[in-house]
Amino acid sequence: MRHVPARTARYAALLAAALLAAPLSGCGSADPPSAAAPSTAAAQSLRIQDPWVKAADKGMTAAFGTLVNDSDADVTVVGATTDLAPMELHEMAMKDGKMVMRAKQGGLVVKARSTHKLEPGGDHLMLMGLKRPVAAGEQVSFTLTFAGGGTMAFTAVAKPYTGAGEDYAPGHGASPSPGGAAPSASGSAAAGSPAP
Amino acid sequence: MSRRRLLTGGAVAAGGALAGGAAVAAAGRDGAPALTPVSTGSAVEPFHGARQAGVTTEPQAHAAFVALTLRPGVGRTELGRMLRLLTDDAARLTQGQPALADTEPELGQIPARLTVTFGFGPGLYRAAGVEDRRPGSLADLPPFKIDRLQPRWSGGDVLLQVCADDPVTVTHAQRVLIKDSRPFGTVRWVQQGFRRAAGAEPGRTQRNLFGQLDGTANPAAGAAADTVVWLPEGPPWLRDSTTLVVRRISMNLETWDLLGRPDREAAVGRRLDSGAPLTGTAEHDPPDFTATNDDGLTVMPDFSHVTRAHVTEDRLKILRRPYNYDGAPTAEGHADSGLIFASYQADIARQFLPLQRRLAERDLLNEWTTPIGSAVFAVPPGCDPGGWVGQDLLG
Repeated sequence: MRHVPARTARYAALLAAALLAAPLSGCGSADPPSAAAPSTAAAQSLRIQDPWVKAADKGMTAAFGTLVNDSDADVTVVGATTDLAPMELHEMAMKDGKMVMRAKQGGLVVKARSTHKLEPGGDHLMLMGLKRPVAAGEQVSFTLTFAGGGTMAFTAVAKPYTGAGEDYAPGHGASPSPGGAAPSASGSAAAGSPAP
Repeated sequence: MSRRRLLTGGAVAAGGALAGGAAVAAAGRDGAPALTPVSTGSAVEPFHGARQAGVTTEPQAHAAFVALTLRPGVGRTELGRMLRLLTDDAARLTQGQPALADTEPELGQIPARLTVTFGFGPGLYRAAGVEDRRPGSLADLPPFKIDRLQPRWSGGDVLLQVCADDPVTVTHAQRVLIKDSRPFGTVRWVQQGFRRAAGAEPGRTQRNLFGQLDGTANPAAGAAADTVVWLPEGPPWLRDSTTLVVRRISMNLETWDLLGRPDREAAVGRRLDSGAPLTGTAEHDPPDFTATNDDGLTVMPDFSHVTRAHVTEDRLKILRRPYNYDGAPTAEGHADSGLIFASYQADIARQFLPLQRRLAERDLLNEWTTPIGSAVFAVPPGCDPGGWVGQDLLG
């Protein structure tokens, strides 16, 4: 890529971000910023792009997306909730020579004017023990809690997804025990159990 | 990425159908218009709109037709969930953005005029309990005596027609769409086809693997094609919809090889090189069915394909959007070649069936061609941003 002036590059990045943020279809997977409901000034500028949750019949699953902080101050996400399951903030870490997921100490920090990706193989929002199946194409409501006490609600679409079956390493920090089967065994269309 | 490049990309997205090698004006640094070539890979077709893309869209070079069978227990609610997922995939991929949760996002960044067109088979209306909304002419075709239909190429509850000027783009979109379909349906058949590469023969009628120009009689793009294809009125789930007949036509290249050039031209009623009718000199000359030769016989043979298929009224025409297929030859070197014959029309009973009956009854080409697959689909209206394909029918 040839060199471009920083201002031009920044403009391009902002425009690209705006394009990405635009809702693209009715499945609600990319909620417009107005759909989120931040409840404090500190959280006013945090939003999530392209949220999705892995469809699953039972046990554990996870939600992903890109947290975008438009403000000049860091925002720390300290918790996530949904009606479907108890939740934890997770990270991936090396333990005994392999990558495992574990509770993230101190929450997820989204730096000022930056983004933080929640993705398979990285930080994610973990649903620990599903009370009912999450069907492919379903809309699932979540609420994030910030360090200052504010919250932000969003909905994520459930995608059929066979990856994100990372090993879980409980007992790191104050994590509740996992509710059931490993995520790799649930919600997988390839497993032959239709979600609907 | 420079600002100018980005703006050009926006212009492409807004302008839609731009063939490879086309150029768009973009404001240069000094404000003067500059021409920026649009590469085959970056050209974009619009996804949202009243009518689905991929029908009157200038045909792309590569296509995959994917038919699904709905799983037992999949009804209106589940179909809504499936179509929201698939609409979102299509909306993103056609604009050169990876699908949500795309496992190969790098493959989603070359749109190459990708279109994804959704079709609903008769079984979908039964599964959803909306048979009262099924287009009147949407039913399995009656049997024709020329048919040798195989179940592996026939039927289907949902059709995904995926077309692009790049085969990797088609393959990736097919993979994404099938993965999101799996909780709801099984793959019934997939037919992959091709035409000349993008830009290889701009503006020309495509050739099939018999070497014939294929589609000369298509209605002209614009008002004529619109009359042929789209339902202009009706309830929201029918207005701006069309129907699609997919026939897999095996073409016997071995017996075709036995014919001399004059016999090949007589079978169709057109010159192989120019596509002109045997009574004319240019491809689009109207055939003269009354002209006779020195022996007093009509120059256009009574049983030629053109003679049997000829219709003049737009409301009786079809829009052919076929793709060639070419499977692996046998050990003896015999070809497995043919045509994925895709015909769009507002009404199958009014437009497709009379034509097909005339051809099945008597068409010299039947000697070398055999229908081995058949499926019919309604192509529902398109959707706006925030909507999903099928919403008016199933929502």
